[in-house]
Amino acid sequence: MWDIPKHSLYAMLFVLGLLLIATICRLILARIKAEKDFTELRQRIQSWWWMIGILFVCLVVSQTTTIILFAFISFLALKEFFSIVPTRQADRRVLFWAYLSIPIQYYLVSIGWYGMFIVFIPVYIFLLLPMRMVLIGETKGFIHSAGIIHWAVMLTVFCLSHIAYLLVLPVKNIEAGSMGLVIFLLFMTQFNDVCQYIWGKLLGKHKIIPKVSPNKTWEGFLGGVLTIGLVSGFVGPFLTPMTFRFSLLAGLLISVSGFIGDVVISSIKRDLEIKDSGSLIPGHGGILDRCDSLIFTSPLFFHFLYYVNY
Amino acid sequence: MDRVLKILFFAVIVRPIVIIVLGLNLRGKQNLPQRGPAMIAANHNSHLDTLVLMSLYPLAKLHKVRPVAAADYFLKNRFLAWFALKCIGIIPINRTGRQRKSELFAGCHKAMDNGDILILFPEGSRGNPEELSEIKRGIYHIVHGRTDTKVTPVMMHGLGRALPRGEALLVPFNCDVIIGEQLAEAKSAENLVNEIKASFLELQKYCITCNQA
Repeated sequence: MWDIPKHSLYAMLFVLGLLLIATICRLILARIKAEKDFTELRQRIQSWWWMIGILFVCLVVSQTTTIILFAFISFLALKEFFSIVPTRQADRRVLFWAYLSIPIQYYLVSIGWYGMFIVFIPVYIFLLLPMRMVLIGETKGFIHSAGIIHWAVMLTVFCLSHIAYLLVLPVKNIEAGSMGLVIFLLFMTQFNDVCQYIWGKLLGKHKIIPKVSPNKTWEGFLGGVLTIGLVSGFVGPFLTPMTFRFSLLAGLLISVSGFIGDVVISSIKRDLEIKDSGSLIPGHGGILDRCDSLIFTSPLFFHFLYYVNY
Repeated sequence: MDRVLKILFFAVIVRPIVIIVLGLNLRGKQNLPQRGPAMIAANHNSHLDTLVLMSLYPLAKLHKVRPVAAADYFLKNRFLAWFALKCIGIIPINRTGRQRKSELFAGCHKAMDNGDILILFPEGSRGNPEELSEIKRGIYHIVHGRTDTKVTPVMMHGLGRALPRGEALLVPFNCDVIIGEQLAEAKSAENLVNEIKASFLELQKYCITCNQA
């Protein structure tokens, strides 16, 4: 406990510093423009304090605690997914089995059994769940249900568990430790959301997919990709075992896939005609609203890193 | 003693389940009546409904929140009766229809005189998961003539998936709890039933777990 690698500690302090600046800006803004309502901004920043606080405390306490935290996040995300999509009443027991995949998947992470971690959900759960559905015997809507349940488990359990697996990879950058990888991925993914938003606000003119997300523009997207690529090129060697060049590529990958994750979850919400997937995190919506880009960035970043360095 | 039991039950068992296993998309919390006498009229899908509604109140106020429940179901055996009366604090209602109205609702009136907040499911029993069934008129006979008691409609959705009627396995699901504004005093039973129905349908629009096959 408490032996935080130096670079990871600096990164954490830097993030907390950013949060502090955001809070101060918010307070000043509320002073100057007293007539405007800043409730949403206040909630948003306050929620960031909670989310980052919980993550950092878990990272500092132990690796196991952090793995449990991500298992819990997967659980919340899966629950939220099942709550908003149509599932048949007959599928309740199948869903119960789907939930059971979470402790097993994260147990595999904790013992570092890579081979099983990578096939457990795409192979074993994939084949087991339809078996359970057959035993229930309801054939009407079978394909529909099977599709929804598998997709939900893949996105929220399999994809998200890659973040936790970063923690058990052999440490190659001793200064940053294994938590450096997690901080790098999470920071870059969230920073990408912010950058694409800001570039879009500043220069945005040409819409990419107006039907799905009217606020997404080519200018915002490209601005985000360039910014993240560059920032990640410089931060990468500090927090990960990658060199400048590979870090830059990792940044591009995170930025592009983060964008895709964002719009994919947006499409789901459009399809269901809802604005937010839940109300768990004040100012942000549900847990899926916050993890949308992360669902796509984590497996892609993980496998890029794994291919390059392991 | 009963009060302690109720607080313990909610603090140790109900709240963790509501927070961790379930999850609430709560809207309109400011409409929740804070002091009695008051009446909450909610739709009914699951045994969890009562527990979720009660968990919206702080532990210190729990003893003032009283669900109105069927005597034939909840008092049918000794253990269930002990649990319903002591841990939940229900006001039992006799559904057999042999009693006169004044006797039937005596317990409710006593509680309201005492400044309690009553929870009532005007659809009667739980019905099919996530389907609204017909609203019964009993609620009118309770609040009728009481100018001090207003009805607050609450729409809930999703709990019928987490724990439907006749199931023992609790499967995690989020649920919506949408609290509407107090209804104006109704002139007739028909009037009140229609108003409750209309507000349920209105509140249903805010539910995000509604998209079912």
